[in-house]
Amino acid sequence: MKIKEVKELLGAELLCGDEAELEKDVYSACGSDMMSDVLAYVKDQSVLLTGLVNPQVIRTAEMMDMICLVFVRSKKPTPEMVALAHEHGLVVLATEKRMYEACGILYSNGLTSKGVKKR
Amino acid sequence: MSEALTFHFDVNGEDFTSAGQASVRFKKNKRELGVDPEIIRRASIAMYEGEINMVIHAHGGVADVEVDEDAIKIVLKDQGPGIPDIAKAMQEGYSTAPDNIRSLGFGAGMGLPNMKRYTDEMQIYSTVGVGTTVTMKINLN
Repeated sequence: MKIKEVKELLGAELLCGDEAELEKDVYSACGSDMMSDVLAYVKDQSVLLTGLVNPQVIRTAEMMDMICLVFVRSKKPTPEMVALAHEHGLVVLATEKRMYEACGILYSNGLTSKGVKKR
Repeated sequence: MSEALTFHFDVNGEDFTSAGQASVRFKKNKRELGVDPEIIRRASIAMYEGEINMVIHAHGGVADVEVDEDAIKIVLKDQGPGIPDIAKAMQEGYSTAPDNIRSLGFGAGMGLPNMKRYTDEMQIYSTVGVGTTVTMKINLN
């Protein structure tokens, strides 16, 4: 799935990233507000859905080599967080949908937790 | 790379929002060295969790990293309260972090177990009231 499709499926607003980055493919996703849980399962996850808003979210995504962050429940990152995301080349989206619904929509459209990045 | 490369980072314990900066810088350094991305990720996560621990529990500390042909060695040292029961601290889900840390996305009791999971060797030396030193090794081959 392309990041562009993630954005469309979730009716999300683009807060950081450009057209070229929206064309990038993502293969799996993970949804959590606990960063330690995100860090516990290291796979080729490329999308992180979270309702947590602090700079550790950006750093956690960076540590995990993720390329797209989705803030759920209408949460908005601070300008400092967006700047940090920009520095790391992360696409940042924000959706009004709640975590369960956002994850469900992406999963049922083929973005599971087990996708493997093609090399 | 014939000689070992060393990196030193001071981990500021005053401000949680900056926690993790050392690990991010370290990750960039290693990318430049051309280390396998999977190994970089494991080492960076282990160091990141350790750095967060030092900020939450010990008002910060220092991180020293050595990279040679065979391994990445990370030494995290703090002068915090120490860990009274290391076996208990190693259990997944066991945490003594305050509630405000949980609201920041950490304190789930996964830090030390994650560090062990992502490294090939890990030792914890801790004295209550004196501080804690964690050494980790990630083999490159």
